[in-house]
Amino acid sequence: MTTGLFLLVLLLIAVIAPFTRKYLKNQAGWTYAIWPFAGFIYYLSLLPAINQGAVLTESFEWIPALGINFSFYVDGFSMLFSLLVLGIGTFILVYAGYYMRPYPMKGRFLGYLLLFMTAMQGIVVSGNLITMFVFWELTSISSYLLIGYYHEKPEARASALQALLITGFGGLALLGGFVLLAIPYGSYELSYILASPDIIKNSNLYLPAFILIAIGAFTKSAQFPFHFWLPGAMTAPSPVSAFLHSATMVKAGVFLLARLNPVLGGTEIWSYTLTIFGVTTMFVGAWISVTQTDLKKILAYTTVSALGTLVLLIGTGTEYAINAAIIFLLVHALYKGTLFMMAGNIEKKTGTRDIRELGGLFKYMPFAAIVMSMALVSMAGVPPMLGFLGKELIYEASVAAPRAYWFILSLGFMTNVILVFLSLRLAIDIFWGKEPAYAKKPAEPALPLVLGPFFLVLASFVLGLFPHAMANPLTSKAITAISPMHDAIVLKLWHGFNLVLALSALTLLSGYLIFRSRHTLLPSIDNVNIRYFRREFTRVFFNLLDGFLVFTKLTTKTLQHGYHRFYLMTLFVVASVLVWVMIWRADPIMLELNFSDMPLNLVAVVALIIAATFSAVVSNSRVVALISMGVIGFGITIIFIAYSGVDLAITMIMVETLLVILAMTVVYHLPKYQNFSSTGARMRDTLVATLVGAFFMVLVLQAGTSSLEMPISEYFKEASYSLAYGRNIVNVILVDFRALDTLGEITVISIAALGIYSMIKLSKK
Amino acid sequence: MESIILQIAARHMRPLLIVLSLVVLYRGHNEPGGGFIGGLMFGAAYILYAMAFGVAKTQKSTFFNPINLTALGLLVALISGIPALMLGDIFMTGEWVTFFKDSAFELKLGTPLIFDVGVYFAVAGMLMLVMFSLMEE
Repeated sequence: MTTGLFLLVLLLIAVIAPFTRKYLKNQAGWTYAIWPFAGFIYYLSLLPAINQGAVLTESFEWIPALGINFSFYVDGFSMLFSLLVLGIGTFILVYAGYYMRPYPMKGRFLGYLLLFMTAMQGIVVSGNLITMFVFWELTSISSYLLIGYYHEKPEARASALQALLITGFGGLALLGGFVLLAIPYGSYELSYILASPDIIKNSNLYLPAFILIAIGAFTKSAQFPFHFWLPGAMTAPSPVSAFLHSATMVKAGVFLLARLNPVLGGTEIWSYTLTIFGVTTMFVGAWISVTQTDLKKILAYTTVSALGTLVLLIGTGTEYAINAAIIFLLVHALYKGTLFMMAGNIEKKTGTRDIRELGGLFKYMPFAAIVMSMALVSMAGVPPMLGFLGKELIYEASVAAPRAYWFILSLGFMTNVILVFLSLRLAIDIFWGKEPAYAKKPAEPALPLVLGPFFLVLASFVLGLFPHAMANPLTSKAITAISPMHDAIVLKLWHGFNLVLALSALTLLSGYLIFRSRHTLLPSIDNVNIRYFRREFTRVFFNLLDGFLVFTKLTTKTLQHGYHRFYLMTLFVVASVLVWVMIWRADPIMLELNFSDMPLNLVAVVALIIAATFSAVVSNSRVVALISMGVIGFGITIIFIAYSGVDLAITMIMVETLLVILAMTVVYHLPKYQNFSSTGARMRDTLVATLVGAFFMVLVLQAGTSSLEMPISEYFKEASYSLAYGRNIVNVILVDFRALDTLGEITVISIAALGIYSMIKLSKK
Repeated sequence: MESIILQIAARHMRPLLIVLSLVVLYRGHNEPGGGFIGGLMFGAAYILYAMAFGVAKTQKSTFFNPINLTALGLLVALISGIPALMLGDIFMTGEWVTFFKDSAFELKLGTPLIFDVGVYFAVAGMLMLVMFSLMEE
């Protein structure tokens, strides 16, 4: 019960947050953070049980007939992710409560943030694929709201839309993938699917399911070539970026791949796809980040790179790689959350986040400088931070990669060199470099703004310092959860002198050398990037979007041309041709015409109807045509009466009367009758009319002769009084047996009436 | 066009037609009639009046407007489905209450009647809405 209830309460807090903030004033941030923090403690308290091998499951029925339930599944991997989401989320809320003080709509912002947290927490504890999909889409929607928070800025709106469209597109693919994945199992339950991974691998649905799920994960986790939405998303306020980049949203794709690794992983296609996309993303992200000058953009591109690394490691799938993936996930969440929050602080205190305009901040904000530098040390992979362990493991995994290890290793090496260079540059240039003229004197950020960064860095430090005692218990079950045949490696700070240590040293040295020569090197790299990378993908994306809009406008114009007569013609022709085909294939058409039972007076009525029809068609006056139509209608009424359909007859009289009045009021406004249509058009209209008329005749006659089942009218005749206490069968059908249909019908006519009303009223103005 | 004959007829026909439409509505469950026909009659009563006196005067003589009448009809029809939900049946199941059971005045009332009243209002409202907009000059 706990997991589901926890989520429900979190969702409720998210919903009421916009309305309660004004009572909480400036205390809102940490007040809302209490519940996520309680959740953090709860999941931490599960640690001993989880490490014993326990898996917590719970289920709430939703659509049991389809196997769709709100199920939750908490194992070591879910727990690790929950700790990240809720732990970092707690600090983000405290930070955001303070950070957003000068901005409008703070309550709504905190509400969105809580919604975002709920969605991500929902993903990581989902035990049913459809549950996961629901939360997955919720992250897309809540991130759209958050990225577009400064909605008066066009670029914020564009970025939000871009993120929504790309992740939404991936979400659709993912839904398809989930459905395909569930078909061989006959169940959406994760526990069931994880228990027997071979079923899907032996099924020929494996490939389509894998491709669709991969598209979902790659779009969410900003893999190349879908990476460009992520740097765009940094237009959001800093608390959002910090949360989105460290623990939520982009990690959802990685989470999904890792979660399904036991089921889908281990095949050739899985390894090759993930490796290729991962390596490309890892390197491209790092490469582009080199020449960026916007602090948040640099961090955004390094996130792209880190996500690529994670996908690569999951794709490699060896024992070292899986270990590295989990450790690096933790490393990255801890330092990236810190860095984005600090980037927000620096922007707040100096008014800029362009690193060319920053420098010498150490003497103004020493504490913040130390915290941020420690995070950068972790990013560079220098001991004793946890980042060092992460990087060592990545190197170990690369060296031992089963295929193309030289390729992975060399690109991995270059990526890490770039990270070292960026760490040096961000730390030294911002805090110790030449001091520019600041508009106002920067000061140490307030406590709530550095609380989160401090604790995250502290966690990274402690975990790095005591890897065996602290980091191992936290991660070991996560590792076995996503890769059952592998064990957690005993983590050590000191591995002895070996190839990996040499690589580490070489990385640091190269990074330092690039940093030394940055003034000569950067401009030339920038030239390459401007030519090939910058904004290129965003432009292609928006061009595609515009093209799509042009296409839809064109098709809409063709189909919705606005000529009523052609709409009718299309409808009639399509309907009658389809029914013709159906009749043709069902039975041989046998028309049995027998007029012998017909009384003579009805023959006269029928003759009158036929005469009126001709008169309506050939008349040159609208009024005459209308009156002829009226004659047809009343003639049919008489036939109804003759065959004792009294209800129909009364209705028909009413409708015919009103129709004539209605038509008269319209005719009054029409121009004089003229001859517009050509002979060809008339011939065509005659053909259509004949086709439709003949179709109706055949349909009615055929329906009379072919007996399919026992007609339902017998049932209504019997049940009408006994079940519905009514002797008028027509009325009983309308208001009781088929009441829902009638409700639909009166809704439709009401809407139509409103449409006519507004059309007439508005066109008069 | 002002016709004294039509005006006098319309003035006297309107209440008669409205009463008749209510009768038709009520008897609909057992004999020919029902909400749809009743609604058309109710609407026709007002249209006759509008033909005689013009739309503006007709609207002044009524205490409701056609849009609200349509909306009321939809609302009543929708509400008639709710008792079934509260009694644990499927939405829109007919629920019946019998008064004065086994006496001469036995009266069965049920949600289908309420539903029919909804249809009556909705049909009348939409008819008046369309006709008034077209007839208005």
